[in-house]
Amino acid sequence: MTTTAPAIELKGISKAFGPVQANKDISIRVMPGTIHGIIGENGAGKSTLMSILYGFYKADAGEIFIGGKKTEIPDSQAAIAAGIGMVFQHFKLVQNFTVLENVILGAEDGGLLKPSLAKARGVLKHLAEEYELNVDPDALVEDLSVGHQQRVEILKALYREADILILDEPTGVLTPAEADHLFRILEGLRAEGKTIILITHKLREIMDITDTVSVMRRGEMTATVKTSETSPEELAELMVGRKVLLRVDKVAATPGAPVLEVENLRHTDSSGVERLKSISLNVRAGEILGIAGVSGNGQSELLEVLGGYRDATGTVRVNSQNIDLTGRYSDGQSRRARGIAHVPEDRQHEGLIMPYTAWENTVFGYHRDPSWQKGLLMDNAAIKAEAAAKMERFDVRPPNPNLAARNFSGGNQQKVVLAREIERNPEVLLIGQPTRGVDIGAIEFIHQQIVALRDSGKAILLVSVELDEIMSLSDRIAVMFDGQIMGERLPSETDQTELGLLMAGVTEMPARASTGQSNGAEAQT
Amino acid sequence: MDLDTIIQVLDSTIRLSTPLLLACLAGLFSERAGIFDIGLEGKMLMSAFFSAAVAFTTGSVWLGLLAGVAASLVMSAIHGLASITFRGNQLISGVALNFLASGMTVLIAQDWFSQGGRTPSLIGAGRFSEITLPLAETFRPIPVFGPIYADLISGHSILVYVAFACVPLTWWVLFRTRFGLRLRAVGEAPEAVDTAGISVTGLRFAAVMICGVLCGIAGAYLATGLQAGFVREMTAGRGYIALAALIFAKWRPWYAMGACLLFGFLQAIALRYQNIDLGAFTVPVQFMDALPYILTVVILAGFVGKAIPPRAGGEPYVKER
Repeated sequence: MTTTAPAIELKGISKAFGPVQANKDISIRVMPGTIHGIIGENGAGKSTLMSILYGFYKADAGEIFIGGKKTEIPDSQAAIAAGIGMVFQHFKLVQNFTVLENVILGAEDGGLLKPSLAKARGVLKHLAEEYELNVDPDALVEDLSVGHQQRVEILKALYREADILILDEPTGVLTPAEADHLFRILEGLRAEGKTIILITHKLREIMDITDTVSVMRRGEMTATVKTSETSPEELAELMVGRKVLLRVDKVAATPGAPVLEVENLRHTDSSGVERLKSISLNVRAGEILGIAGVSGNGQSELLEVLGGYRDATGTVRVNSQNIDLTGRYSDGQSRRARGIAHVPEDRQHEGLIMPYTAWENTVFGYHRDPSWQKGLLMDNAAIKAEAAAKMERFDVRPPNPNLAARNFSGGNQQKVVLAREIERNPEVLLIGQPTRGVDIGAIEFIHQQIVALRDSGKAILLVSVELDEIMSLSDRIAVMFDGQIMGERLPSETDQTELGLLMAGVTEMPARASTGQSNGAEAQT
Repeated sequence: MDLDTIIQVLDSTIRLSTPLLLACLAGLFSERAGIFDIGLEGKMLMSAFFSAAVAFTTGSVWLGLLAGVAASLVMSAIHGLASITFRGNQLISGVALNFLASGMTVLIAQDWFSQGGRTPSLIGAGRFSEITLPLAETFRPIPVFGPIYADLISGHSILVYVAFACVPLTWWVLFRTRFGLRLRAVGEAPEAVDTAGISVTGLRFAAVMICGVLCGIAGAYLATGLQAGFVREMTAGRGYIALAALIFAKWRPWYAMGACLLFGFLQAIALRYQNIDLGAFTVPVQFMDALPYILTVVILAGFVGKAIPPRAGGEPYVKER
């Protein structure tokens, strides 16, 4: 209907930070009762735009209309009053408050808490029934899972009677099951006439749930299209500004002899929990073994044990040579000497030293190598020259070795780590979450590098919580659950449903055809 | 040890605990809001001087109290300006204020009274007098309860009762009111408060000002209640002991009272038993004087367990992009 006013309309929004134009003349219309996606690479200006909507920044130019009425949003209070609720990527919750206390904070009804808490309890119960938003109102937030914490954020917005809900990268921290649940909640909200703006860089989410989608690139809105009339390939091209290969381009593996052999690996962490329960696996030369699993099921510990910074029992062999798992020869240094390179999951804390320059970061771990020494001193000139060359080869942007690591985007930080580890030509590459927080253009490049290393005959152990990534990169997939390997599958002979069940610890596949088709099983439920 | 001695020591405990308790609650408000305040000592000292000076000059202890609170508030405002508005380092600001107080009080005192950096002794209406609670004499003959009521509970200055009344009041404000909820939230997650549309700066200033009022009362009590006049450095580290008590109490009001009574008790013991003769040798008075401080360290090191300070404590709030 043409008479319906858009729930939210932006006209010509511009915002500059000094010389950087974060938003350039942005206009969108979002109709009520729809889910609108905003997609773009990191730094494309999505978050700035949302901060303007939520009153964190004042736009240099442009107008905001809410429900057809021109609205000024000078601060968060005004945004809340205008019916806008925001679920930030990093939750804004008070960890040692209860759910109820978090919900009423800032929306209390009077000077005393008691009546507000009682009212909120009733409202929460009602919302829980209506939208599958079940959370124990008396639980402390710090005891809740990430998925439940996110529900608290949504409840906060709904308690303030938000009609427009903005979610910033909501699935970045969720397990696949939690993400599915979130989408059901969002669909329920849409059915009630709420308007939802979903900011993400994941194409699949956009395709799955949104009605319309806007693409941002370098501060500009490059397109707004109906989701049903577009494709992931088209969106990717609009985001990056060139054609992007979403599929990993690789030929079938020609694996050789086992390079990394793991038998009976066990690890108990400092709090006494057994994190690895007798893990056995092997990775052959010229092969990528992908470890799938919901985060927190022992994959991180496996990488860290193999990488040399956790002690363990069992046997690990590289090219038939035993590796020490405890004692003074069990550390990152010794592992690297044995040809094990490690790209850690948490690149900002374990992979890089953020305040240090890129060239310094390209030698960490290998800094004792005699080729970097000049007498007693480091040969900084040589390191710097080599760093510049590495950054060139790995397409790190900007290719400036003197820039601190923290000044690079996530994808370029990862390229620095990859350059350091891959260029040492290791026998085994351990790689965790290679593309977490990485732009789509950089993902393509990183995947290519991993495949190239495989093709040169190296053994690669890949850990990722992105099932798509595991499926498309791996030559073999092992699924971890609760510190154990639940099974191994070939990517060509499995699907997301089967892997999803294994990830949840279900090994028996009742009433399931062995052909690997999932449709039959789903139809029976 | 007879009942009278016990009552005397406990009576002394209450008097000595009072400034600690007020300062500790002052720190509790400030730190719960995320502003670490190592300057409790300096605020108390400023207040002690100005309350004594004004009480002596005007002859009214109430005007003295007002002046003390006002002086402490000025210090709080400076701390707030430095650490909230200008996002400076809270420890450095606090330390600077302590130095400022330490020097200024003596300097002004010397200039004003010319008595070597002290105020003249306060007499009469220049001090807080002791209040006898109703029926104190009626109950006195009753065994045990009588002396406890008449000597221990009755017979303190008004500020002692104010201090102890502040404990349930603080608890109630923190855990039962909207202001308390927001105050605790701003010390834990200022970004949550900010996105809820509440001013982080406003809340933190409110907390720092409450801290100033309580420190002001504490300082005034030192100079016009516990003692009769100001002498240099008369706070004698009480601000720091109050901070220790705050950690020991894990930032909770009732625990704070317990902790302050314990530290007050240690001071009372040290005051009463100046020389303990152990036969073979005599424990020197210096050791007894140092005992409360030594025990502070021991208690903090050994008995606190896991004390989790407010999560955003000590960090200036900068809005995230």
